Amino acid sequence: MKRIDMNDSGAVVIIGSGAGGGTLAHELTRRGIKVVLLEAGKRQSTETFSQVPGEAFAQLTWLDARTQSGDWGVGRDFPALPVWHCKTVGGTTVHWTASTPRLQPWEVRAKTTYGDVAGASLIDWPISYNELVKYYEFAERRMGVTRRNGVPGLPASNNFKVMYAGAKKLGYKQVHTGHMAINSRAFDGRGACIQQGFCVQGCKMGAKWSTLYTEIPRAEATGNLELRSESTATRIEHGADGRVNGAVYRDSQGAEQRQKARIVCVAGNAIETARLLLLSSSAKFPQGLGNSNDQVGRNYCHHITGFVWGIFDKPVFLWRGATLAGVVEDEVINEPKRGFAGGYRMELLGLDLPTFVQVGLPYGWGRDFASIIESYRNMAGMFINGEDLPRADNRITLNSAVKDDHGLPVANVHVNEHSNDQAMRKHAQGQMSRLYQAIGARRVVVGPTPPATHNMCTARMSADPREGVTNGWGQAHDVKNLFISDGSALSTPGAANPTLTIVALALRQADYIGQQMKAGNL
Amino acid sequence: MEELVNLNRRELLKTTTGLLTGLMVAGSPLAMMARGRAWAVDLTALSSPEGVALMAMARTIAPHDKLEDAAYAMVVRAIDSDASKDESACKMIREGLARLGPEFPASAENERVAVLKKIESSAFFQMMRQKTMQVLYATPLAYAYFGYEGEAFSKGGYLLRGFNDLRWLPEVPLEDGGPMPT
Repeated sequence: MKRIDMNDSGAVVIIGSGAGGGTLAHELTRRGIKVVLLEAGKRQSTETFSQVPGEAFAQLTWLDARTQSGDWGVGRDFPALPVWHCKTVGGTTVHWTASTPRLQPWEVRAKTTYGDVAGASLIDWPISYNELVKYYEFAERRMGVTRRNGVPGLPASNNFKVMYAGAKKLGYKQVHTGHMAINSRAFDGRGACIQQGFCVQGCKMGAKWSTLYTEIPRAEATGNLELRSESTATRIEHGADGRVNGAVYRDSQGAEQRQKARIVCVAGNAIETARLLLLSSSAKFPQGLGNSNDQVGRNYCHHITGFVWGIFDKPVFLWRGATLAGVVEDEVINEPKRGFAGGYRMELLGLDLPTFVQVGLPYGWGRDFASIIESYRNMAGMFINGEDLPRADNRITLNSAVKDDHGLPVANVHVNEHSNDQAMRKHAQGQMSRLYQAIGARRVVVGPTPPATHNMCTARMSADPREGVTNGWGQAHDVKNLFISDGSALSTPGAANPTLTIVALALRQADYIGQQMKAGNL
Repeated sequence: MEELVNLNRRELLKTTTGLLTGLMVAGSPLAMMARGRAWAVDLTALSSPEGVALMAMARTIAPHDKLEDAAYAMVVRAIDSDASKDESACKMIREGLARLGPEFPASAENERVAVLKKIESSAFFQMMRQKTMQVLYATPLAYAYFGYEGEAFSKGGYLLRGFNDLRWLPEVPLEDGGPMPT
C-alpha cells in the first residue's frame, strides 16, 4: 500500500470509508490524486463476518458512547443506543440492507412543495433533480442496482409473497422486489445473492454492494490510496487563511497523529461528522469549523421508521432471504389529503430470532408477549421508511458532561417529533396492518422505532449559507477546501433510503474536486 | 452448549457457590446433541436457591411451556456471570431476589406475574427482562424450538432451501419479482 507522508500537504484527507468516503476515495485516486483515508474501525472481510447476530453486532457497530434526549420513541425504547451505524472499514455499507431507491423530483423541492411548515426548517435542495439523476444513473450502474439498466429484480421470497398478496388486495400497484444493490446475477467480480438473510451481519458472498470490497480495493489498486484503519479523527485544523490544512487523529496505538492536507472531506456518518466539526472550533470558528451560521448538527433527520409484523396460521419463514428485498411504493407521493406532507415506503423486512426479540418487538413480557414469539415461523414483516421533517432544534450537540476515551465530549442526539411525523407513522402503521389483515393475519403486532440507521442533514447543502453548512457541491460555505461527503449533506431526507443519493453526490463531488484541483482553485 | 456437562462425570469446582441441574426431555434437540440427558450449570456468585428463583423469573417473563429448562438456565448463567464480575450488580440481584420471597419459584404463574408487576419499574426487573430477551432467544435450544434455522452461509444460503417455498399464497408474477439466478 502507498505510504503518504504525514507532512505531505498535497494529500486529500477523507474521514470515513463508507458509501460517501469510500466512493470518493476511489474516484479521486483514479484521477491520480493522493488520498489518505482515515477510518475509525477495523478492516473485516467476507471471511470474518459472523452469522451469530450478537457477535456481528459487537464486531461492526459504532458503540462509542453517545447520549440522547427529546421525546422520540427511541429514547424510551433504546435508551443506550440512539443510532445504529457502523465502525468498520466500509462503514455502514457493511451492514446496510442495500435498498437503493431514488429521491422523487418534488422531494428535492421539499419547501416549495410542502410549504413553509410551522415547526420545521424545510429548504429546497441547491441542485436540480436533473443534475441528481445524471449521477443516479452512474451510481446505479456502478452498484449493479436491480431493475435498472436491464439488471433483473431479485426473486420473490416467502415474506415478499405475503407482502405482495396483501398489497394487491389493498389495490396497491407499485409492488416489487425493490431497487437493490444486491446482485441478482454475478456482476463486477462478485457472485449472485444466495438468499442468506444475513445482510445486516455483512454479506459473506459479497453479493451486496459495499465499499469494503468494491471501491476501497480499487482505490488501493491505483497506488494513490493509503487507508489507515483504527484511526479516529479528533480535530480538523486550519491555517490563518481560514483554509483547512490538516486532520488530527488517534492511531491504532492511541497516539495522536497529524496528517497535513490540501483538502479535507468528512464522511463519518451524520452524527460524527457534525461532532467533528463542532470539536474543531477555534478562535476563527468559535462555534465549530464551518459553523459561522450555527447550522452544523442541526436539522438532523432519521426517517420515520418502525416495524409491523403479521402473524398467520401457516408458515412464512421470513428469515430466509435478503432482508429488505421488497417494497410498496404507492404511498411515495405528496398527498395532503392523507393528513401529512411527504411520503413513505413500505419495505419488506425479515429479522433473525435474537434481533427480532430485542429490536423488533415493543416492550413487553409475559404470556401474551411470549405468544407472539411462539408464532415466529408464521410471521411476515415490514418496515416503514418515511420522510421526517427537519427541525432546527433536532440536532447533534457536544455533551460536555460525558467524555469519550480520548477525553472529548460525546455527541448528544436530540429529537422532538413533529406532528407531521406522527401523522405519517399512524397512517403507515394503519395501512400496513390492513395489508396483513386483508389476507387473513390473525394478529398484527406493531413494533418500535429502532435506533436510527438513516442519519442525514446535519451539515446540509443549502443555497443560502444561513440555512445550511455546504453549497450544492458539498463544499463548506465558510471553508473552500472542506467538504462534506456523507449523508450529512442531504438538504432534506425525502422518503428514500439514503445510500444511493450519498453515492451519487460523492461521484458528483469527485468531478468537482478533480476539476477545481486541476484549475488550481483547491 | 459447551457449558452443559454430563452430571455423572463432573467435579464440583472450588469456586462453585451454587448449582442448577436438570434433565433434558427425551428426544429434545439438545438431548440428541449432548452426551447425556443431564445438564448442570455452575454458579460462581449466586446460591442454588437464588439460581432457582432466577429461573422462575425468566420463565415468568418469557413463558414458553415446551422450551426446556436448560435454555432458561443459560439466562441464569449469564446473570451469575455478571454478578461475579460486578459487586453492585450482585448486590442488586440478591436484594431483588430476596424481595421475591421463598415461595416465588413454586407459585402459580398468575401469582408470579403479580409479584413481578409490583417490581416492574425496578432496575432489577428491567435488567432481568433485558437479559432474558438477550440470552434466551440466542441459544441453540431456542433456535430449534422456534424453528429458526440460523447460520446460512455454510449451507449455501436459502436459495435452494426453501426461501420461496410458501404455497398458501399465489406466486408473484415474474415482472414484479425476478428470476432465480443460474
